[in-house]
Amino acid sequence: MEFYTLQEFLTYTKGIAYLLIVAILVSVTGFWLFLTDRDED
Amino acid sequence: MMSVSRRKFLGWLGAAGAGVISGGAANAASNKHFKGYPDSLGVLHDTTLCVGCRSCEAACNKVNALPAPQQDFTDTTVLERKRRTDSAAFTVVNRFKQSESDKQPVFVKKQCNHCLEPACASVCFVGAFKKSPQGAVIYDESVCVGCRYCMIACPFEIPAYEYDKALTPRVVKCTMCHPRVLEGKLPGCVEACPKEALLFGDRDKLIKAARKRIERFPERYVDHIYGEHEMGGTSWLYLSGSSFEQIGMREDLGVTPAPKFTEGILGAVPVVAGLWPVLLTGIYAVSKRKDKVAQEEQSQAVSEAVTQAESQADAKLKKALALAKKEKEMAVKKEVKKALDKATLAKKEAKKKAQEEATDAEK
Amino acid sequence: MSEEAVLNTNPITPPAQSLYTPFNVVAGIILIVGFIVTILRFTGGLGAVTNLNDNYPWGIWIGFDLLAGVALAAGGFVTSAAVYIFGMKRYHSAVRPAILTGFLGYALVVIALHYDVGRPWRLPYPFIAQQGTTSILFEVAACVALYLTVLFIEFSPAAMEWLGLRRARNIVIKLTMVLTIFGVILSTLHQSSLGAMFLIAPSKLHPLWYSSHLPVYFFISSIIAGLSMVIFESSLSHRYFAHKMDQTHLDEKEGVAFGFAKAAALVLFGYFAIKVVGIAMDNNWHYLTTGYGAWFLVEMLGFVALPCFLYAVGAREKNLNLIKWTSALAVLGIVLNRLNICVIAFNYHLPSDEKYVPHWMEIAISLFVVTLGVVAFRFIVTRMPILYAHPDYQEEH
Repeated sequence: MEFYTLQEFLTYTKGIAYLLIVAILVSVTGFWLFLTDRDED
Repeated sequence: MMSVSRRKFLGWLGAAGAGVISGGAANAASNKHFKGYPDSLGVLHDTTLCVGCRSCEAACNKVNALPAPQQDFTDTTVLERKRRTDSAAFTVVNRFKQSESDKQPVFVKKQCNHCLEPACASVCFVGAFKKSPQGAVIYDESVCVGCRYCMIACPFEIPAYEYDKALTPRVVKCTMCHPRVLEGKLPGCVEACPKEALLFGDRDKLIKAARKRIERFPERYVDHIYGEHEMGGTSWLYLSGSSFEQIGMREDLGVTPAPKFTEGILGAVPVVAGLWPVLLTGIYAVSKRKDKVAQEEQSQAVSEAVTQAESQADAKLKKALALAKKEKEMAVKKEVKKALDKATLAKKEAKKKAQEEATDAEK
Repeated sequence: MSEEAVLNTNPITPPAQSLYTPFNVVAGIILIVGFIVTILRFTGGLGAVTNLNDNYPWGIWIGFDLLAGVALAAGGFVTSAAVYIFGMKRYHSAVRPAILTGFLGYALVVIALHYDVGRPWRLPYPFIAQQGTTSILFEVAACVALYLTVLFIEFSPAAMEWLGLRRARNIVIKLTMVLTIFGVILSTLHQSSLGAMFLIAPSKLHPLWYSSHLPVYFFISSIIAGLSMVIFESSLSHRYFAHKMDQTHLDEKEGVAFGFAKAAALVLFGYFAIKVVGIAMDNNWHYLTTGYGAWFLVEMLGFVALPCFLYAVGAREKNLNLIKWTSALAVLGIVLNRLNICVIAFNYHLPSDEKYVPHWMEIAISLFVVTLGVVAFRFIVTRMPILYAHPDYQEEH
């Protein structure tokens, strides 16, 4: 994809960043559970 | 030339489609410079040619079907005070005098400058503003929430709001006559200008033309094209005979494109989202561990205290038992001794008695 | 049943009062005026009730209701983070009132926004119609919407205990940690982003207030606002709702005030420091001798340095009264800072006769919104287990 303006470029990259944020927050919760569910306490 | 721009537009559409299909090379590096849409259009306003006739204001009002003004467009007394764009006027002409007696005032037309990197587009949270490939910054009324952040952001103080409408207020500003340009026509104001103070065309060519004018008439112009670099560049360009500050245009805006001001903080958002959970659960784990250690230490101290107390009590009991035993023994001994003493005494007495009886019998 | 249990723990229930208490009369008048102005606003448009214009599209509804409102509602995330993440269990009784204040604060911010934006029914548009991902306001909107939801869930156990919904309540209690961490992330993001919203306008905001550090200033000062609001709200609650507090709350109350005052003094010190650094970074010293400079010094010395010192004295000498008054001063300081940035030092280049002064009806709506908050707070604390632990759930706290 070619971008002519910084504005276009940022709209695209920040859109992806927001999707990543959602993915990060969901996966970190799952990962924490995976990491700790065999702890005794 | 106008029909050319229309053909170009269709060409761009095709090119854009091809670009999407072929994928193209992604622009990623942060030092990437974006040059804007190629062959984008603009207007050159030569303020030294403007006579302040307000024909452009009248044409703008007509083309955009705006409400009739209180004072007619031929009435130049409105130039007495400095005006800005509002919901009923997308463009205004202002007069600037060096002194009260100045015979040759400067007239400057003001409207949206159609930035290459518009601040209004950068801040709009529904993306209602877009820079079109033709050059105009266009507004989509159908998604606008009416937060008016665009008006806060615009460094040229252009967007206005329909504060008097209760249900359908819009942000309004010059559209560079985008619909007319797509039809191959000139913007209304450019078409109406009797003095050729407004020149419409390819922005790159306009910059070259402006440079040529400055070169040919160095005494007539200051050596600066306003809008070439201001706020990252604008589609409207200005030439002036005196400093731009003197004709009401800010020279302290800088050359940074508006989206750059917030690019850094936008980049920090996913970093916070990625690292805060790690940091916070880390702190939580540490404080929980500390609690646990403290709890363990406490319970250990308690159990120690209990054993100590128990052993102490034990020792005391043993001692007491021993004492009791001793006392008992003593008591028994005493009793035995008492009994023995008593027995001995009895024995002695019995003996004495027997002896006495014997003596009595001998007699 | 739970109502009875509550009554049993409070033998001194207040006697039935007349409806015409001074509070009710004043609140009633404000609510009636607010209601009338509401009708005018939605029939006549913004122009009918505000002094907003094309140069000042944002007035006190943004400067006070949104910017100051969100900062002052930071007590929820600050307190819950201190107790649940940093493990400061001695402040546990302060969590519920702080969460309630935060929830009401954010709810009122959203209500106030319905007055300010042109077409309030389109407020969900950034999520459902078109995403303006380059806008700081997009991030603020997303975070505020999510955080309001988080606060509602965090507050809900109190309502569920009141209504006797034990099972639902226990499920939510299990989520405490996740919700707290989520709340801190969202708060970090939007508290700082409210400051970042002004990064786009370096040519309009006075250089003494404009800085590339604005997001950091806003985040740090929101912590000050949160801590101060907890102290302020707790002293008011103690004055008017002491009969609703249980022994734990009464016992911990002073410790909360001393601990939070100490924390606020420290954060104010850091805030003052980075503000000075900000002036140095942009070499803005020469502005200090101008009129705006004098005003800036009033804010910095009178509403940052002074509360910092007074909090410290109050914490050292265990002077509860001084701490209470200082919390009010610090809260005022945050409000002043937000108004300076949004209204007073904004458009500093315009001549004074073009400056914006709020219309009385704008102030009426702001008062109306604050009054709604106070009334809702009173309604809730007199009914739900906010200032005391519910006897049926005490062992689980």
